Amino acid sequence: MWLLGVAMAVVSLSASVHAQQLPAVALKDLDGKATNTTDLVRDGQPTLVCFWATWCSPCKRELNTYAELYPDWQEETGVEIVAVSIDDQRSIRRVAPYVNSVMWDFKVLLDPNKDFARAMQVINVPHTFLVDGEGNVVWQHNNYAPGDEEEVYEQLLKLTE
Amino acid sequence: MKLAFCTRWGLFVGVLVGSLGLVSGQTEDPGRITGNVQMLWQSYRADSLIGAVVPPAKTGYNAYGNLIYTRGGFSAGMRYESYLNAVLGFPGRFKGTGIGYRYARYADADKGVDVTIGNFYEQFGSGMVLRSYEERALGIDNALDGFRLILTPTPGLEIKAIYGKQRLDFDSRLINGPGIIRALDATVELNDLREAWYDKEMRWRLGGSFVSKFQPGTSIQKDTLVLEIPQNVGTWSYRLDVQRGKWSGGLEYNRKINDPSADNNYTYRDGEALLASLAYSQRGLGISLSAKTVDNMSFRSDRDVLLFDLPINYIPAITKQHTYNLAATLYPYATVISGESSASAEVFYMLPRGSALGGKYGTRIALNVAAANSLDTTRLSGVEGAVNGYERNSWGFGEEKFVRDVNLSIERKISKNLKMKYAYFYFEFNTLATPVTTDFKGLVYADIHVLETQIQTAKRQSLRTEVQALFTEQDKGDWATLLLEYTWSPHWFVSVIDQYNFGNPDPASRIHYLYGSAGWINGAHRLSVGYGKRREGIFCIGGVCRAVPASNGFEVNFTTSF
Repeated sequence: MWLLGVAMAVVSLSASVHAQQLPAVALKDLDGKATNTTDLVRDGQPTLVCFWATWCSPCKRELNTYAELYPDWQEETGVEIVAVSIDDQRSIRRVAPYVNSVMWDFKVLLDPNKDFARAMQVINVPHTFLVDGEGNVVWQHNNYAPGDEEEVYEQLLKLTE
Repeated sequence: MKLAFCTRWGLFVGVLVGSLGLVSGQTEDPGRITGNVQMLWQSYRADSLIGAVVPPAKTGYNAYGNLIYTRGGFSAGMRYESYLNAVLGFPGRFKGTGIGYRYARYADADKGVDVTIGNFYEQFGSGMVLRSYEERALGIDNALDGFRLILTPTPGLEIKAIYGKQRLDFDSRLINGPGIIRALDATVELNDLREAWYDKEMRWRLGGSFVSKFQPGTSIQKDTLVLEIPQNVGTWSYRLDVQRGKWSGGLEYNRKINDPSADNNYTYRDGEALLASLAYSQRGLGISLSAKTVDNMSFRSDRDVLLFDLPINYIPAITKQHTYNLAATLYPYATVISGESSASAEVFYMLPRGSALGGKYGTRIALNVAAANSLDTTRLSGVEGAVNGYERNSWGFGEEKFVRDVNLSIERKISKNLKMKYAYFYFEFNTLATPVTTDFKGLVYADIHVLETQIQTAKRQSLRTEVQALFTEQDKGDWATLLLEYTWSPHWFVSVIDQYNFGNPDPASRIHYLYGSAGWINGAHRLSVGYGKRREGIFCIGGVCRAVPASNGFEVNFTTSF
């Protein structure tokens, strides 16, 4: 019965289901300032939203790799990288010292109870989303293996061409 | 009853979403649906050597599907869950298939109003008085079920009010615990109250929470005493966070009254916690210090349950969450729920690129130290002892050592195609305080060495290896782990891990736990298949640990989101 209800809903909406979009979630940045995730959308410019945690080794490998390539990517595609930490209270105080020590120039947001991650349908980290200038998710990847950065770069070029 | 429940919510969500879809069919924003699906299947083979048994159903299957409909400020969502039967290591009482989570929410950001009905996750401050969350891999989900109102009457002030029950179980539908939770929280971002303060270098955040639980109860008998059970339990907390340039600090105090429970052996002593933290960071350097004392702060929406059931609050462990196999799974520390005093310090440093020690690409160094002891207390006797248990002498360390954890890592890119990392861990681990093993009771002293390498073998291909060794005279003796992982970016991976208990005092128990897996990733879709033996042990995420029985067999895991 409930399935029928959902099926009805999905059918009635099917003509109008859009691509995934950045949902509105209020988060804090590393300075303690409030940010809404809708503000991450930059008029016409791409944003790479990367969910990570200090206890996630592949996440740190991914973001440390992006950090090396970031100046080139910014110059060529105008992309902004946003690293969203899902560290909870156990490790949230480690985020700023870690980020500063490895010298990431990304915008870093804190999502300690995974409100943004849930809204973005993230199950595991790392999970990376490429968002276009209108807030649409145009590409995503749930994993990191060395070399994935080339795929990200290709997607960035495709988006900004 | 079950059918009625599902039907009711199915119709509710269906009609709501359906009608919105129909009504909005012609308008500009018809809303959108997003979702995700996770499926986990395991098959089991008996293996008497490692103690793996085959459950009657021979296989285990957990599946979860989330759907969220959003249109403007409105959203509604639900999670469909299946445990047919639950995979080993999950609470075996999770059964059947049905809706385990559903909600509708309306948020008007401009007016500062946000209301939710149904299920929701929430955290007040650090979570020490209230945190509902889902840690699916551990089978933990204490979602609240009721009403939540979040008001932002003026920028910088946020007020949250909650009434609800809490998820306890799943039997083809959501089953809530008996307690009723009433909670209020206020946070003031001082700098946001006035525009002139917004860009001040010093930022202040103040917060306060009050959480109350009601649960019917009468009395309990202790020796010759008949003690009345309080039906209302109250907790509150005050917190302050200050940030100035490279410095940040936090202080939080919590108190709890009227809570005799299974966790504290039904004593009436007040609960208390004090947390302090300080951090400094600049480019290339980060330092963080923290200390906390937690005394009788377990808080559940059913006074009679234990372990993972119905926690209202969250007490994080002081130790770092380790990721290397031997460091993470053999002696993982979780906060001793009855009480502990603990402290930790951590330094991250980057030896600069191009310097003599830093090398061409720079070198990352991290040092982390954590310690936890029992509380500094004196046990009370007689009636006073039966009622209050003990009294605390100070906020400092007591005599019993719970854990010492010192770890160091050095990470360096050697060349364009080679990265290396060395890590060392020293543990002193009290298995009486954190019962992770039945083979040994007392302090385990362990040294762990890990060498990790990552080699790029071809364009978009790489091989990652981990060689790990753990040395100890206690418990199961020495261990070694070898991991090989080969990846073809962006779609494929294979990996093999062998965990070998080569130093077990009993030669018959010197077992290889060999496990292989392979996977395919395409965008948001991820499929992995594994086969092999897995050790009986403790699986932890974020300071919460669950015992997982030994198993031998296949596993298939699929996740996707849209």
